[in-house]
Amino acid sequence: MKPSEQTMPGDNNRISNFFIFQAWLVLLLASFFGASLAGIQLTLSPKIEANKLNETLEKVPELIFGAEAAQSFAEENRQMDIERQYIKAGNKIYSVFQAKTDDQTSGWVVKSSGQGYADKIELLVGVDAKAETISGLFILDQKETPGLGNKIMEQAWRNQFNNKSTQQPMTAVKTKASAPNEINAITGATISSKAVCGIVNQSLNNLRQPLAKALLNDQNPSDNQPNNHQEKK
Amino acid sequence: MADQPTAFERFTQGILPENPVYRQLLGLCPVLAVTNSMQGAMTMAGAVLFVLLCANVIISLIRDLLKPHLRIVIFTLTIATFVTIVDRFLAAYMYQMSKSLGPYIPLIIVNCIIICRCEVCASKQSVITAASDAVGQSLGFALALASIASVREILGTGMFFGFRVLPEMWPDWVIMVLPPGAFLTFGLLLGAVNWIVAMKKAKD
Repeated sequence: MKPSEQTMPGDNNRISNFFIFQAWLVLLLASFFGASLAGIQLTLSPKIEANKLNETLEKVPELIFGAEAAQSFAEENRQMDIERQYIKAGNKIYSVFQAKTDDQTSGWVVKSSGQGYADKIELLVGVDAKAETISGLFILDQKETPGLGNKIMEQAWRNQFNNKSTQQPMTAVKTKASAPNEINAITGATISSKAVCGIVNQSLNNLRQPLAKALLNDQNPSDNQPNNHQEKK
Repeated sequence: MADQPTAFERFTQGILPENPVYRQLLGLCPVLAVTNSMQGAMTMAGAVLFVLLCANVIISLIRDLLKPHLRIVIFTLTIATFVTIVDRFLAAYMYQMSKSLGPYIPLIIVNCIIICRCEVCASKQSVITAASDAVGQSLGFALALASIASVREILGTGMFFGFRVLPEMWPDWVIMVLPPGAFLTFGLLLGAVNWIVAMKKAKD
């Protein structure tokens, strides 16, 4: 609207001059598009959530038994029950997957996340039943530098975490890793490497005890009856 | 509207003579960012085709209702809607691809090819012309992405569409899949295109 028009009496009050009425098409389209997007979100979000959960569940056997054992496990067609739990530890709520084979807990997979070099890194850590050693690591989501930081997704690098003790925090070192809990940092991506170690350390530090306790609670019924094991034999 | 290009002209111009990337230098963010693999580049091209086609058709349908000072808002609104649809759709049905393209799908909203076509063609011409313009420009965009992505993927990883084309002993030029590789490849290809155009002009 030109300034000269604004000063004209009467003209100013004409309903069609208000921006809100001039914008009728914008408002109409916005509500129409908004409604259709809501519909799409409602239809697709279960599928998207399922995709994320599927990826997690798919990785659970590998994270607990290692890639090769998981493969033969799948070939033998053995059943693994995966139970999802939420454990609150260290003012964070962790999504934890308890993997059971033949009614025995074979391990846990913890979903955790933290700040990486570029964006949030989301990862899965597999630990044994007593939460004493790491059995696997998988990166669910990351936006690290392609060619450098995104090497944290590579199996060779992730495998370094296997069989590490959960008692000592992991450290990423630039020189050749010598101490038991040292990880070789990726060349050119020290921050990404350290970030992954940090996320793993923090979540294990928080969850080591709750997981061990959860295992005891699970076993308690049988522990109270020592004869149970002999009867099975 | 006698001086406006016809539907067929719009279509053919988009592919080469007015190629959005090489001749108009538009939409360079995805050109540089997602061309380190062919699969990613082609998914991006498909997403742009869908968004551009839908946005052009909608804008062309309501072109008589547009007010000059509100048109950009309506363009952006329409584009954002279709980009969100693509983004959700990829996350639901092409989960791995959606993960590797990351933020670049939502960023189509600010891809200036689309808003440029809405402004130049769709808001002035009929639905059929707008649709063929959208397809032509998208093909031009896809062609540009493919040219850069094939150079980068082959030299950077020795593979094409994820299949090995160079022998195992090829020392992967990692720089080609990193951001500098995008600038190098795009710069050289752009130079080549300009050189060809200049040669052609000289001949005429």
